[in-house]
Amino acid sequence: MIGKKVKLRITFLFLSFISLVLIVFLIIKSLEENVVYFKSPSEIISLAELTNKKVRIGGMVKKDSLEINAEEIRFIITDFKNEISVSYSGIIPNLFEEEKGVVAEGYIQDRKFFVAKKILAKHDENYMPPEIKKALEN
Amino acid sequence: MNFILKINKISLKAQRYIFFLFIIVFSIGIVEALILSPSDYKQSDSVRIMYVHVPSAWTSVGIFSVIAILSLGNLIFKNKYFLTIAKSLAPSGLIFNIIALVTGSIWGKPTWGTWWAWDARITSMLVLCIFYILYILSWRVFEHKENLSKVTSIISLLGLINLPIIKFSVEWWATLHQSASIKLTGSSIHSSMLLPLFIMTAAFVLFSILIFLMKYNTELIKIKNKGLDRI
Repeated sequence: MIGKKVKLRITFLFLSFISLVLIVFLIIKSLEENVVYFKSPSEIISLAELTNKKVRIGGMVKKDSLEINAEEIRFIITDFKNEISVSYSGIIPNLFEEEKGVVAEGYIQDRKFFVAKKILAKHDENYMPPEIKKALEN
Repeated sequence: MNFILKINKISLKAQRYIFFLFIIVFSIGIVEALILSPSDYKQSDSVRIMYVHVPSAWTSVGIFSVIAILSLGNLIFKNKYFLTIAKSLAPSGLIFNIIALVTGSIWGKPTWGTWWAWDARITSMLVLCIFYILYILSWRVFEHKENLSKVTSIISLLGLINLPIIKFSVEWWATLHQSASIKLTGSSIHSSMLLPLFIMTAAFVLFSILIFLMKYNTELIKIKNKGLDRI
């Protein structure tokens, strides 16, 4: 049913498609550094040298680490292996709280201290009504 | 191609039935999504944006993959109806893509704290949007039949590579966008919230089919009255 010409076209298209995928893969691979939206505290600690450019750090807000006073908000971002203290003054999003995901954008001071200029709350993939959440906790 | 002629015959009649079906499914879906379904434990009522955001993102990605497969079919079997079907599918895909981007932005402001973030998922969705615009534009720009089929097919096949990037971006890289809730192993969305999500998806798919039929029937009339290829 499939003629010789059609077969030839299929082979040609298949090969060109495969090479295109390969090209895109290589491009993205080489740009990996920029594709990643944020770094974890462990990646910051293992940096060879600290940059003074703006970076984003993401992880969990450590339990009982959140301190709010008149001038600033202090908390610790953890990835359960390493942690980094963050200082921030400004508006925080509604969903920002302890033991939830956060992405902080700002400047590294040293391997343990970070000054954020912007705070984003990271939402996880769980959706449920409040009653179910309560039932799960008990 | 006998079955294409059959599709053409059905498509003229189906429009009205699809319209009524869409009205019914959409009204059930919107009531379920806005009133009957519970609010979220964390984000409360802004979870309802998801019932528009996620179905439109699914629909636009789905439509683009159909377009790409049809273009591939045309390159191999040289059947012009494949391209006409693909052409008629594109506008609803673009609209749902834009809806997904806009609703995502509206959801992002109260939850993340920003309208826009250059993370991999959002950027790859924007790339898909650009591919849609290029695809639709190329139908308008090129006059010659042979060029038209080549250019549109190349655009859609290039865009096809982007689709797995959209899907897996949230797993391959650290993104602000949350990872997939619905997987083969199960769902982390509670069942009372899954119901409106699926009904709304069905409604959006029906709407795309409706717009597709309108477009496609117009194309068929244009083909029938040769010489009236473009208005």
